[in-house]
Order: sequence, then structure tokens, then C-alpha cells
Amino acid sequence: MPQWTLACKTTDIDAEDLIRFDHGGATYAIYHSPDGKFYATAGRCTHEDVHLSDGLVMDYVIECPKHNGQFDYRTGEAKRAPVCINLKTYPVKVEGGQVFIEV
Amino acid sequence: MTHRNYDLLGEDGRRAVETGLATAEWYHSDVPRAVMKDLMKRSDAPAIRDTVIFYGAMILFAGLGIWLWPSWWSAPFWLAYGVLYGSGSDSRWHECGHGTAFKTGWMNDLVFEIASFMIMRNSSTWRWSHARHHTDTYIVGRDPEIAVMRPTQMFKILLAFVGVLDVWAYFKGTIYNAVYGPTEAEKTFIPASGWAKVTYVARISLAIYAATILLAVWMGSILPLMVIGLPRIYGSWHMVLTGLFQHGGLADNVLDHRLNSRTVYINPISRFIYWNMNYHIEHHMFPMVPYHALPRLHEVIKADLPAPTPSMWAAYKEIWPAWIRQMRDEDYFIKRALPATARPYREDLHTAALGAAE
Ligand code: FES
Repeated sequence: MPQWTLACKTTDIDAEDLIRFDHGGATYAIYHSPDGKFYATAGRCTHEDVHLSDGLVMDYVIECPKHNGQFDYRTGEAKRAPVCINLKTYPVKVEGGQVFIEV
Repeated sequence: MTHRNYDLLGEDGRRAVETGLATAEWYHSDVPRAVMKDLMKRSDAPAIRDTVIFYGAMILFAGLGIWLWPSWWSAPFWLAYGVLYGSGSDSRWHECGHGTAFKTGWMNDLVFEIASFMIMRNSSTWRWSHARHHTDTYIVGRDPEIAVMRPTQMFKILLAFVGVLDVWAYFKGTIYNAVYGPTEAEKTFIPASGWAKVTYVARISLAIYAATILLAVWMGSILPLMVIGLPRIYGSWHMVLTGLFQHGGLADNVLDHRLNSRTVYINPISRFIYWNMNYHIEHHMFPMVPYHALPRLHEVIKADLPAPTPSMWAAYKEIWPAWIRQMRDEDYFIKRALPATARPYREDLHTAALGAAE
């Protein structure tokens, strides 16, 4: 059963950036978009087993640090080779300055 | 002595997968996130400026070459045009393939396609092969872009300066790709979704070369080929000169780019042609950093890297004897000292893979 899990405070992530969040043996990436919204995806690239948290957020795109593959982190859509498989996304809610993801 | 098998379908590649040497985690120097974010930042301006200069200079040199043709006075202009075409397009292919040169995606893609054609690389195949080069840099049997294989074959190195073997391999491969699609070895690093594009690109490229040859026959002159095709032969020497020192004589089968890559200080004209890829350890460690920020990245992490090689001359003074020795001793490689400020080489990651070092 998915549960809302506290991931971080809203102030933990700069705008247009992301952080890594490890929980229950899995890794997630939490994003703070330029328009102030929060998103969550799987934490590792679908191309190879690389943490996206070292990557670069540009607008609504996360670029993987290994081969520069890109995903739209709002939908998980693979946008640029060498990534071909979409990234899993997770629901996010913000309450009282805290970011929760449903995992 | 271990005999190396570079075949992507061969024994060494299979063993690298088995032992975890393939798609492994590599060493990275520590860079604070805020600094790295600043270094990774994308911008169109430097690449637009450089691209206008690059193609503007090519048009100018080719125009003067055509105007003075067939006089020998045209030769210097062809030489300059050739270096931009046959060498400069390599670094444009490289940076735009990474998608870091421009901020705007279509600009990267456009320059990437043009540069791939000029440098005679199937844009689809090489996008994937370069991803593998970054995953498994100089892992034998995994990396499709190992420039000098062991034992060293000197005649191949010397022929590379005139691009003859590359051009031969390109046309052989392109005809195969146009008829049958990717080869079995190429299929090891190109996903099935990319196979059709390999064929499409091969056919378009062959059509352009066929049209150029027909024009040359019709004109009764090699002039069209001086503009398209031949510069890959008469202008590739600079690409080879700068490309061979990237990894020449250094370790293979290791997981630390400080052991298998080299940063070399070079003159500003070569840096323009090579788009700062002389900062090669930096590029491999952090491929997200655009070419124009590599000198800054170098300053940030140089205390953690072997001392940069001060010139191309110094690089080849070090590489040449290593190549000679590697003709007989495949396990030999150059292992460079780290400064006292650097974190030690991660011997634990690759002790088993390291051979005799001096
Ligand atoms: S590991 Fe992410 S693009 Fe290759």
C-alpha cells in the first residue's frame, strides 16, 4: 500500500534543483521546479544505474550526470538519448513547509 | 603478459561484465554542489560565437581555395579549411553529441549532424558508441573508442594522421549499414530503437558523397571533393595529434580517470579547434560541464589530479616510449604520480586489473 512519506523540508532544495532521498531500500529524486512546485521520481537513471541527484535541472528537465540523457521530471518522459525508458514518477504533496511523497 | 581482445563480442568484454569492471562506479573528485551547478550551467552565447567563427572561417578559406584553384597559391587555404573540416568537426561532433555546447537542444542536434557527416561518423551509431566510451572508458572489450590498441601497431598510428584507415572503415561500414543496418558489434551498444536511424543516416551520407563524385566527374576536376570528403584525409592530422594524447600510454581496465586520461596544456588555436577537450580528465569525470567551463573546472579540481602535462611535445615525449614498450609488453602503462593534496588512487577498485607500472 503506498503511503505518504516525509521526504524533506521545502527549504532543503533550491529552486531549479533536486536532492536525493533514500527510503525503504530505494532511492528517489525530489525536485523543486523554477515555478516553486515539487516533484518526485525514481532516483536512478533508466539508462544505467546512476544517481540523478548529481545531475542538472534546467526548467522541467533533469539531465543525467553520466551521459547527459534527459527526462521531463514532471511526467518522467525520456527526452534525449541515450535514455529511452521513462522514469517512474511519484505523487507529491506539500504541507506546513514539508514535502511528502507517496511511495 | 595478458593478451588483450578488443572485440566487443570477445572474451575480455565478457569477463569485464562478469567481474563488475563494466558499467562500474568510477572515482570522482569532490566538488561542492553549488560550484558544480555553476560549472554545469548551459549557455548558447559561447557556442554561437565559436560556431559563427568556425563555419565563417571555413566558408572564407574554401572560397579563397576555389578562387585560386588550381594554382598552388590555393594550398594554404585548403590546409586551413581542411583542419577545420577534418579536425575541428571532431570536437563539434563531440560537444554537441553530449548536448553541452549549446543550451538549446536543436542547436546541439543541428551542429552534431553536420559535424558527424564531415568527420565521417554515422551520427546515430557514434552517439551510442560515445556513451559506451564514457561508461567503460578504456575497458578492453567494452569501449568501442580505444584509439591505440595493444600491442601497439605503429603503422596504424602513422596512417591515422592522414585518415586513410578511418575513411576506408567508414565507407565499408556505411555501405554495410545502408544495406543491412548496424553490425552485430554495433548492436551491442545501440538499442533496437536506434537501428533504423543508423540505416537512414548511412543512406543519406552515401547519397551526398555520390552526388559530389558525380559533380567531380561532370566537371572533370577533383575540386568538389576538395570541399566535401577529401578534407577528412588532408585535414585530420590535428584531430589525431590531440586525440592520441587523451589516453595514450596510460592504464586500461581501471575505474579512475586520473589513471587512464591526460590533461594537457595546449596553444589557444589548438584549443579552439579542439574545443578545450585537452582538459580530458576533467571532461571524463564530469561530462556535464560544457567545453567553455572546463578551464574553470580544471582550476577547481587540479589539486586532486596528476600534474597537467605542460605541452603537446611533453605529452608525446612521455607517450612515444610507452607505445614502443607496449609493442612487446601489453601490460605496461604509464602511472603518473598524484600531488600530496590528492586523494590516492582507488587501488581497491582495480588492483586485479592493474599490470606492471612504472
Ligand atoms: S546513465 Fe543516465 S544517461 Fe546514461
